[in-house]
This record gives sequence, C-alpha cells and structure tokens, in this order.
Amino acid sequence: MNADLPPRQKLQRVKPMKEVSLYTRTRDRGASGEDPMVRRLAMAELKERWALLSLTLPGFILVFLVLAVPLGWLFWLSAFDSNGALTLDNYLRLLRPVYLSSFVITFQMAFCVTLVCVLLGYPLAYLLSQLPDRASQICMAFVLLPFWTSILVRTYAWLVLLQRQGVINNWLLDLGLIHEPLTLVNNFFGTVVGMVHVMLPFMVLPLYDKMKNIDPLLMSAAANCGATPSQAFRQVFLRLSLPGLASGITLVFVICLGFYLTPALLGGGRVSMWSMKISDTIALYGNWGAASALGVALLVATVLILWGMRKLFGLNGQGRTD
Amino acid sequence: MFKLNQAVTPTQITHAHRLWLYALVGLILLFLIIPCLIVIPMSFSASQYLEFPPREWSLRWYEAYLGSPEWMMATWVTVKVAVISTCIATVLGTLAAYGLSQVRGGAAKLVNSLMMLPMLVPIILVAVGVFFVYSRTGLNNSITGLVLAHSVLAIPFVLIAVGNGLQGYDMNQEMAARSLGASRPWAFLTVTLPQLRLSICSGALFAFIASFDEVVIALFIVGGESSTLPRRMFANIRDQIDPTVAAVSTLMIVLSILLLVAMQYIKRLERRQQH
Repeated sequence: MNADLPPRQKLQRVKPMKEVSLYTRTRDRGASGEDPMVRRLAMAELKERWALLSLTLPGFILVFLVLAVPLGWLFWLSAFDSNGALTLDNYLRLLRPVYLSSFVITFQMAFCVTLVCVLLGYPLAYLLSQLPDRASQICMAFVLLPFWTSILVRTYAWLVLLQRQGVINNWLLDLGLIHEPLTLVNNFFGTVVGMVHVMLPFMVLPLYDKMKNIDPLLMSAAANCGATPSQAFRQVFLRLSLPGLASGITLVFVICLGFYLTPALLGGGRVSMWSMKISDTIALYGNWGAASALGVALLVATVLILWGMRKLFGLNGQGRTD
Repeated sequence: MFKLNQAVTPTQITHAHRLWLYALVGLILLFLIIPCLIVIPMSFSASQYLEFPPREWSLRWYEAYLGSPEWMMATWVTVKVAVISTCIATVLGTLAAYGLSQVRGGAAKLVNSLMMLPMLVPIILVAVGVFFVYSRTGLNNSITGLVLAHSVLAIPFVLIAVGNGLQGYDMNQEMAARSLGASRPWAFLTVTLPQLRLSICSGALFAFIASFDEVVIALFIVGGESSTLPRRMFANIRDQIDPTVAAVSTLMIVLSILLLVAMQYIKRLERRQQH
C-alpha cells in the first residue's frame, strides 16, 4: 500500500473533564446503598459508558478477526509443531547463515536509508520552516506530491531512470562522461535510492512540524546574548528540533525494517530483506513455521525499537507504511 | 526582489550566506519531484522502448491500456474495492472515534490500541497472516476478502482524522441539543456529524488512497480475474518493462494530484472553520 499515513497527526483524546464522574464518586464513597437517586444516576452513567464503548464494537471485531486472529495464528505456528508441542526449532533455524545474512542486510539498509534521510531531510525541513509562508507552501507541495503518489509508481519511475538503458545512463553516455553504462539498479545502491525517495517525507514532516513550533525570538535572544549564528543554531535550534529528528528517525527506521515493495523491485533479487525472506520462505519453500518465526521476530524488533525510542525521547507512537 | 545581503533571520544570516542551502534544497526537491513526473512524458512515447525525451509522440500505450480487457478488469476491481472499503472504514472508524472520545479508562485504551494496530504491524505480516486465515476460510481470491483486509488497513486513518476533529469540537453543543429534547443519536446526527464532516472527508481520502495503492496484500491473496491494478502493475514491472505501465502510472499520478489538491482544500476549509 502507499505511504499514506498522516505522520503529523496522532490520536489524542479530549482532556479529562474537570468534574469527577458520578459513578466513580459514588463507588469510592462506598455509598452504593446510600441514596437510591445517586445510585440510579451512577448506574445510568455506567450504562452510558458501555453504550458509548459499544460504538467501537463493529470496527473492533473487524480488526480483531482480520488482523489479531491471523497474527495470533502466526505466533502459534512459530512456536508449536504440527503435533501441538512447544518447540524452538523455528527460532533456532533463524540462526542459520541464510537468515542471519538477511537480518544483516535489512539493518544495513535501514541504517543507510535513515542516515541519508537525516542528511537530506534536516536541511530541507529547516529551510521549509524558515521560508515565508507562500514559498514554503510551494516547496511543501514537492514533498507532499511524492507522499501521495503510489510507492509502486515511484519505484517504477526509479527503475526507468536507473536501469542499464535508462534515462540517467543514456544521458551520461550522450554527454561522454562515461563509456560503459553504470549498474545503478538491481543492487544495494538502487534500493537505497528508491527507499530514500519513499522515506524522505516521513523524515521531513515530523521535523518540519517541530521546527515550525520553535519560537524565532529564541534565536534573536541567542544573538542578543552574543552567540554567533552557528552557535545559536547549534545550541538553540538544533537542540529544540531534536525530538522531531528522533521521531523522524524512528519512523523511517521502523518502516525500513518491514519494507517489501521497493527492495523486491529495485534489488534485483540481490538485496534479500527480512520481509522478502518471509514471502520467499512461504512462496518457494512452503515453510510456514520458519516464515512465522521470521514474522514474529520482525514484529518484536519493530515493537522494541518503537518502545525504546519512546522511553528515550518520550515520543508518541506513530505509524508505519509498507 | 530580495537582495542577497539582506538578513534572513534575526541572527543576521544573509541570503548570500544561505546560497549553499538554497542550492542543496533545490537539488533535494528535484530528487523528490522528478520520479513523480518523468513517467508522464514517457508514457506518450511512440516507441517500443521507454525513452526520454520521446522522439515521437503517440497515444498507443493509452490505447493499449484502454483496449485490454485485463487492465480494464483490474481497474474496475481496484475502484470497487477502494470505494467499498472506504465506506466501511469511514463508518466504523467514525463510530469508534466518537465512542473513544467520550470514554476513558483501561477498556477504551485497549480498544484504541488494537484499532491502531494495522498501522504498526509491518504490511508483509498482515499479508501473510491474512493469506493463512483466508486459505482456511475460502476467502482467498475473493473481492470480499480484499475489501475486509483493506478496510482494516484504512480504519486507523479514519480514527486519527476524526479523533483530531473531535478534539477541536465542543461537546457541549451536543449536550445543549439533548437538553432541548433531542435523543443522543439524533443530536449526534444533526449537531456533531455536520461539524465533523471535514475531518471525516480527510479520513475517507486517506482510506481511499490506502486501499487504491495497496499492493502487498493483493499480491498474496488475489490473482487472475480479481487482480487489482497495483497487483497487475507489480507483476508487469517485475517481468517485463512494458510502456503500458507508464500510461497506467501517469493516470495514477493524476489521481494522486487530484487527491492532494482535495486534501489541501479540506485543510483550508478546516482552518477557516476554526477562525
């Protein structure tokens, strides 16, 4: 699916109302038999809570059946053999070189892509946050259009640009800069380029959001206190933008770990990422046990990283795409 | 016109000092936009091979797309699935967001985190899990199965968008309606819902694009007659580079531009509503 999540938005419930609920108050006072009117009101409130909660029921059931049940099944498949006995075989299998090398490649890829995204995303978000509104809106369109365009279409475009007889090779040949076409795709490099293109908006949008909220007066204050522009930037702006950077890095890294589409098309079979290993283990070998163990490991890694970053930086969980 | 030696920020950085930053950001913006646009002229090429710029122009790849029953079928399936899943996800997501905005406590938290789960779990796991369960329930290769999976993927987007909308909404208005004698559902329908319409629309747009562009699940659970457009494109790109894909891509880019414009329009209306 497309990278279509609104990274800047997150669900926040309305702040708790000031008045304590009648139900809790009654319950806490242990006054259940005290006043029949209070008791009846408390019951009515309890009933209303459940009525409201039941509104979530249709969606809850759908997500439960289509997502939670299959995931639970994968856990089961990974940890129990066909006789229903607990086994670690599937997890021990993950220590074989063929799987280990795919973990290494996945983490290398996620690391490279995240690094490039930081190097490109930070200056971009910085300038966007500083430009006057009109100019910033126009530049933002350049970030949002890729964000809304199907990942498949963009990956296809990179294939067209980077392949042996592709646009870039042809131009370089015509200009006489190279004599042999370069191998730009079906390798690690091509995959990094394609993935950076997909991930960059996920880095830029949270960063931009954070930077936009930094009071420009703070920079004047720093200058007033005698800071040079670069000192002011490093000691004030950079520090204040760090939470945005952290959430961008988390988002990009986690999405990279489970990325399927771009490596499958631009890797040319040479870049065997975690998610591709899962699909190959099923499609080519029909080994559901091993594939489930891989999947569970991927899920655990994802959750651990999100949880760790939240502990470190106090981030709110933000989503993923493929 | 701005002058190069004019200060940009209160720290006395001038435009001249910033030239390197402007150049760098210009390059990054080109990097972002070129892959979204380069396919468009190439899709009008007359040649067998993709070239840029095309030496001769033609509409043959659009004819190939429109004339192919397989591509047309895939388009129809994709649109149908996207529209139905958007409706399901929007209704269920809005109901859930309303319920969750009113209730606090452990149960509500649990429900909320489960419903956000489709956004957290890597898509490949959703695909593998759904494939496994569907192969036991006979839903593989069916539109119903795809619609269910896509609705689940789209629910978090609606939940977020409508949840944000409810955050800026004063629930006392609904209380006022109820104190004047409206029943709770009636108060919701006539007072709250109309004011949430922009948030609901933006959630629905996200839901639509989530389903319309979805490849990985479709790759696992559908094929042949029930293939979606992205699934057919994926197979086509992997096996041979056929310029028909360039024509399809161009149409999808046009669609994303339209959706982006719609989204910006909604955001502008929302801002106006707040003031």
